[in-house]
This record gives sequence, structure tokens and C-alpha cells, in this order.
Amino acid sequence: MTHTPQAEADFAPRDWTQHPPYLSPAYKSTVLRSPSKPLIPVKQSLLTRSGPVFGHDSLREFDNDLTKNGRVNGEPLGERIIVTGRVLDESGRPVPNTLLEIWQANATGRYVHRWDQHDAPLDPNFFGAGRCVTDDQGRYRFTSIKPGAYPWGNHHNAWRPAHIHFSLFGPAYLTRLVTQMYFPGDPLLPLDPIYNGIPEGARDLLISRFSIDVTEPVWALGYEFDIVLRGRDATPMEA
Amino acid sequence: MLKQTPSQTVGPYFAYAWTPELYGRRPLLSNVLTTTDTVGERIRVEGVVTDGEGAPIRDCVVEIWQADAQGRVQPGAAGFGRCGTTEEGLYRFDTVKPGATGDGEAPHIAVTVFARGMLAHAFTRVYFADEERANAEDPTLALVPEDRRSSLIASRADTPGGAVYRFDIRLQGDRETVFFDL
Repeated sequence: MTHTPQAEADFAPRDWTQHPPYLSPAYKSTVLRSPSKPLIPVKQSLLTRSGPVFGHDSLREFDNDLTKNGRVNGEPLGERIIVTGRVLDESGRPVPNTLLEIWQANATGRYVHRWDQHDAPLDPNFFGAGRCVTDDQGRYRFTSIKPGAYPWGNHHNAWRPAHIHFSLFGPAYLTRLVTQMYFPGDPLLPLDPIYNGIPEGARDLLISRFSIDVTEPVWALGYEFDIVLRGRDATPMEA
Repeated sequence: MLKQTPSQTVGPYFAYAWTPELYGRRPLLSNVLTTTDTVGERIRVEGVVTDGEGAPIRDCVVEIWQADAQGRVQPGAAGFGRCGTTEEGLYRFDTVKPGATGDGEAPHIAVTVFARGMLAHAFTRVYFADEERANAEDPTLALVPEDRRSSLIASRADTPGGAVYRFDIRLQGDRETVFFDL
């Protein structure tokens, strides 16, 4: 049996057994920022089944290399990493030619953002933001510096586990996803209310895998992180 | 079947990546959807994003997706915009008033809201107060309880600079904006 996507077929709904609920009181900022009334289910439309397309021509040199795109007078400090993976739909089909935006703290756990007042040094050679676009097989790849953990004000002695923010578009307005990639074995993960906001069985999908195959000798450690977006409902067809 | 990758918040520190012009970098997206060639009525859509206590939210991003003035979905990213909120919680788009897409829906703009404190984004829509007849027949508005519909309808002010539609987004509370499971 094969599954063929239908051009006008709806996309699968957001799977709320996978996504965090809006209200997750341990993450205090959700308390006043969570919609409290039930979401109203609506039909997908011509507009919402389409979406913006950002091709490879939207990229510039070094957009996918965060070790180079912020250089001023030298190399950024920290552990050099390569992050790669595939963007797939729920049927395992690749999502080609889709934009990823990434942003992160530097190796000390400090963001370039003007509001970040964490008492850790900025790195003059690290900006911490980049972009890449998936290839025909849905694969993306970028080079960066492993981000540091940092404290935040959610509760006493709260620390965010090291993470990289990901923003994805996918094939439609309604496939939009913003998420965070974590690192394997991080002892802060079980203590993090943002990570723990995700239903228990789904959390580990956000933990990247260390890969010795992606690791480049004498250069950078490799991590793999696949991302699954909402897919079109497939119509079963006889093989 | 594979399982959907879970959503996480944008956090507070996204502006240097999402609206990097504030940091002297090249932006990919902006809150101006029009060029000198764009056909249609120029409009501004603006509003304040507030929390459950009515406080403005400064670490919020609003994205929009819309048809052109003839109701056609443009190829590429021409119908897409992004705006981070100001210290006062204000967002603003300069665009054209979209036409009806021909599938029975009234003219509208699709809206996505992201913020620190939102573990998943929220979908809503801007409808236009001067499209009363089309709004009355819109199948999506018909699904919304009557006493909540007004939260989706932007009021129009004709100013010397052009039409300004006001669309405030209240994430929570008595007059909470209607959000969709889409």
C-alpha cells in the first residue's frame, strides 16, 4: 500500500498530545499569556493551506555558519558544532526548500539581545543567529558554537538547559513551528519548566543525538536533529 | 507515522534573529508588504498585544499571511509579514486590503502570535469592519459565538495617511481574542 498526498487535501491537525498546552503554571510567564477559552476548530482554506516560500536565494554567504557570520577580529570561543538533520512530514516525506531560522546564546550562555543582562561575557566574534534552507531531501546543516546554559528568573536557582532555537515554515501557513533543540545528557533538562511543559512521552524528540559520523575530525562535534511537521492527510491507495 | 515535533516558546531573546535590522543586520521579513508596484488599497493594520491583566506585551511577534487585493495568493513570500511588538506592545503592518479568495470566506488576514510565555503559537484572523455583508456570510465567523465575534473584526479609521484598521490582540481574559484550532 502506498500513500499519495492529495494536492487539495487538508493537513493533519496540530497534535496536542505532542505540543505543550498554553497554560503550564510551572513556567510562570504562561499564567497571564495563555488563551483560556477553548480554541475554535476551523476548516482549512485556500489561504491557510498555502504559505510563504523562502528559497535558497533568500540566503547569503555564512548565513548557515554562525562561527563565521559574526566575526569581527577573530574566531568565536567555545566548542565548535555541526548540527544537521531532516525536516519531514508525519508520513516521513521530506520537506524540501523550506527556511529554518536559528538563534542561540554564546558559549558562556549570553545572548546578543539587548535585554539579556546575564553576567557572562559577550563574544565579540559571535552573533548567534543564522538561517538555512532544506535541500531536496529535506536536509539542513549549519555550523555553530555549543551554547552555554544560563540562569533565568522563573524560580529560585532556575537555569535553562543549553538549547538552540529553531523556527520553521514548512509548506503551508499552518505548518509553522517554533521549537528548541536540546543536547543529550543535559542534567538541567529534568528541571526545566519549558521543556517539561511538553507532554512526557514527546519531550525526548527535542533532544539531539551526538553523531560520530557527522563529527568532523580535528574540527567540530556533530549533532543530528530531525524535525517533523504536520503532513497532508494521506489517501490510502492500492499498490 | 512519525510524531509531530513539539512546539516551544520563542523566549524573550528572538529579536536579533527575527527582526535583525535592529542590530544592523539583513532582515528577511518585514512589516511592510507593499512596494511601489503593489496594486490595491493601501492600509495599515495595527494594535496592541496584551496579557490577562491588560498589560502590554513587548516580547511578542505577530506574523500575517494574506491574499492580494484581487484575492489571489501570491507566489513567494509577498503576502507574508512579521512585526515584533514595541515596549508598548504595539505592532503595525503596512499592506493592502486583501480581496476575497473565492472559496466563500470574507476578506481577511491570517495572523499568528508568538511570545515569551507562549509554549505554542496561536492562530487568529483579522476581518474588516467595512465588510459587513461578507462577514455575515463567512463560514468561519459563523462558528464563533456571537458575543466573541467582535474580537476578530478590525475597526476602520480613515486618516489623512490612509485607512488604519485597529486590531488589538488580548491573549487572555474577559475580552480574549478568539484563537483557532487550525
